[in-house]
Parts: sequence; structure tokens; C-alpha cells
Amino acid sequence: MEKQHSWPLWEIFIRSKQGLDHKHVGSLHAADAAMAIENARDVYTRRMEGVSIWVVESKYIHASNPDDAAAFYDPANDKVYRHPTFYDLPDELKHM
Amino acid sequence: MDSASEKLFQDKVDQDIRIEPKDWMPEAYRKTLIRQISQHAHSEIVGMLPEANWITRAPSLRRKATLIAKVQDEAGHGLYLYSAAETLGVSRDEMIGQLHSGKAKYSSIFNYPTLTWADMGAIGWLVDGAAIMNQVPLCRASYGPYARAMVRICKEESFHQRQGFEILLVLSRGSEAQRRMCQDAIDRWWWPSVMMFGPNDDASPHTAQSMQWKIKRFTNDELRQKFVDVCAEQVKLLGMTLPDAALRWNEERQHYDFGSINWEEFWNVVNGNGPCNRQRLAARVKAHEDGAWVREAAVAHAEKKIQYGKTA
Repeated sequence: MEKQHSWPLWEIFIRSKQGLDHKHVGSLHAADAAMAIENARDVYTRRMEGVSIWVVESKYIHASNPDDAAAFYDPANDKVYRHPTFYDLPDELKHM
Repeated sequence: MDSASEKLFQDKVDQDIRIEPKDWMPEAYRKTLIRQISQHAHSEIVGMLPEANWITRAPSLRRKATLIAKVQDEAGHGLYLYSAAETLGVSRDEMIGQLHSGKAKYSSIFNYPTLTWADMGAIGWLVDGAAIMNQVPLCRASYGPYARAMVRICKEESFHQRQGFEILLVLSRGSEAQRRMCQDAIDRWWWPSVMMFGPNDDASPHTAQSMQWKIKRFTNDELRQKFVDVCAEQVKLLGMTLPDAALRWNEERQHYDFGSINWEEFWNVVNGNGPCNRQRLAARVKAHEDGAWVREAAVAHAEKKIQYGKTA
């Protein structure tokens, strides 16, 4: 029987043009980082979608837990004073 | 607990809040999605075969470049979808294994042979056209990774359909022999394309659940009707006909009526007895087995590099 050699999974991030952030676009399998970058070029940038590629092996991504989302993000919920619209100022005030 | 989670889940779906991989989801939702997404992925991969048949015989360099690009897109679409399915906890090897053992299905349309160059046109126009009809609503599917893959796919499919129609258009304006070839391809691909939407709604027991989960947004018959309506008009531009004597505009319904589908043929092909089922699977298995040494060598190379302390 053929020995199973499954290639690890990589998460792919692409910068669509200079000046923009790298954005997650999906994942793929590759034996190593160099192959992951080449495969990412073929799979995710066939139509000039990118000028730069990051690859990260999926096992190194740590994520917040969706079950904790309510409690986790709650502290930001009641701090409306962090937004500029919270402050009551006269309409005559210009350039602010 | 479970029924509370289930209610929370359905509420999210109802509000069009996407479900993401780590969110709680009903086991049946997960299973149905794995089946649906992997079937779609398999269809993209097997779908490369009937077209690959014509790459070396494309009539011009322009057509050849186009066909290569299209087949390459299909490989890409398969990969987007396999990745989306993997976020649900199934491994790539497992999915490939199910395809090769015949346990997993793929779209039956790819079990028909591509006999002439005009088939490349008919596939682009009709087969990709039917696929687009199915896929566009899935860009709003409830499962995030699936919906995102579909957005990407739909963006790319449009060229597939347009290049197909262009092939037929050129043939339809050509010699008598070319016109005959064009009509013959339409005649052979029309009904299998109409069947691509699957069984009639009354024979499709899972539709209601899938629609409630928003992993299916229109019923088979709704999509099929839309497809027939669109194609019945488009075929006029080719000066060709669709092979259906019952096809006529129904003023009252504001839709085209069309003839009955040969479901016996449909189920025959689904169950493995179409003209090319064995050939397609054999080609897939052979490609996978022939590529085993490449996969092994790549792993060995990667391991060696780590051993020598060099990362890529």
C-alpha cells in the first residue's frame, strides 16, 4: 500500500496592490513554503489579483473562540465615547 | 443545549449571518455541506477531462490558449472548493479517496463524450451556463468559506460561457459542414445540460431542508426553467434550434414550456452507466497514482531541507 504523504495545509494571504494590506484568500496544500507560494500564485492570482503573497502553515494560526465572542468583545460595546460622533458640538464649528 | 444551539444557528442563518468554520453547526448541516461541496469540487476536477481531450486539436492558437486557461481555471475551482470542504473537518485524502472509489458523485454531464470541436462551444455555452445558473445564488450560501469560494468561481466562469458561445457563433456563420457540426453539438448537449439541475422538485426530498439552511437558494425546477428561458432566446442568435419539439413560449406563464426529461437516462448515468463513467474515473485514478512519486519526492525534499536547517 502506498504510504500516505499528505502535504500540510497553508493559509494564503495576498496583497492585491502596493499600499494595501495582505488579505486572507483561502488555503492550499504544499510540501513546503516555496511550493506553497508557487501554488498560491497559480491558484489565487491567475488574473493579476496580487503583487505579493504570504503563506502561513495553518497549524500556526491561533484564533479567538466564537463561543466566547459575546464576553470577549463586550468591553468595547459600551464605550461610545471612543467615537467622534459622541461629542456634542455646535454646527457653526467648522473644520473639525 | 443542542436544541438551543440549533435555534441560535437557524436564527443566524435566517438573518443572513454567515456560519464560519469554528461556529457551532448541526451535524447534518456539516455532513450535507461536505457532500455538496466535495461533489462540486470533484465535478470541477473531472470536468477538466472532456475538454483536455481537445487542447492538442484546438483549431487555432487563440482557441488553444483559451482552452488551456479554462481547464486551468477548473483545476483552481476544484482547489477552492476542496479547501472550503476541508474547513468542515474532512481531509483532502478522504475526499479524493471517495471520488476514486466511486462512493462520491460528480456531475453526470462529464460522463458524456466530446466528439467534435463544436462540443467545446456547446460545453461552454450550455454546461457552464447551467453551472453558472446554479452557482450564482450560492454566492449567498450560509456557509462562509463556501460562499467566498463561489464568488471567486462565478467571477471566472463568465469567460468560460462567453468563449463557448463565441465558438458556436463562429461555426454558425461558417460552411455548411460547420453549421451541421454546431447543430449536432447542441443536439447532443442540450438534454444532458437540462438534466444538470437534478431531479424534479417532487423527487428531491432534501430540497426543503437545504433551502432552510440556505445552502440551496432556488429549487431544481426553478433554476431549470430559468435556464431554458435564457437558452431558448440565445439559440436564436446562432440560427440554430434546441432539440425539443415541445419547446414554446407560454404567454400565460411567461415562461417557455419544454418537453419531458428522460429520467431513465439520467439515473443510468448517475449510477455509473453513462458513455464515459469508467473512462473518466480510470483517468483520474491513473493521474493520481502516476503522480504519487512526485508527492513523495516533494515531502522527502521538504524534510531534508528542514534537516539541514534551511527553510524555504
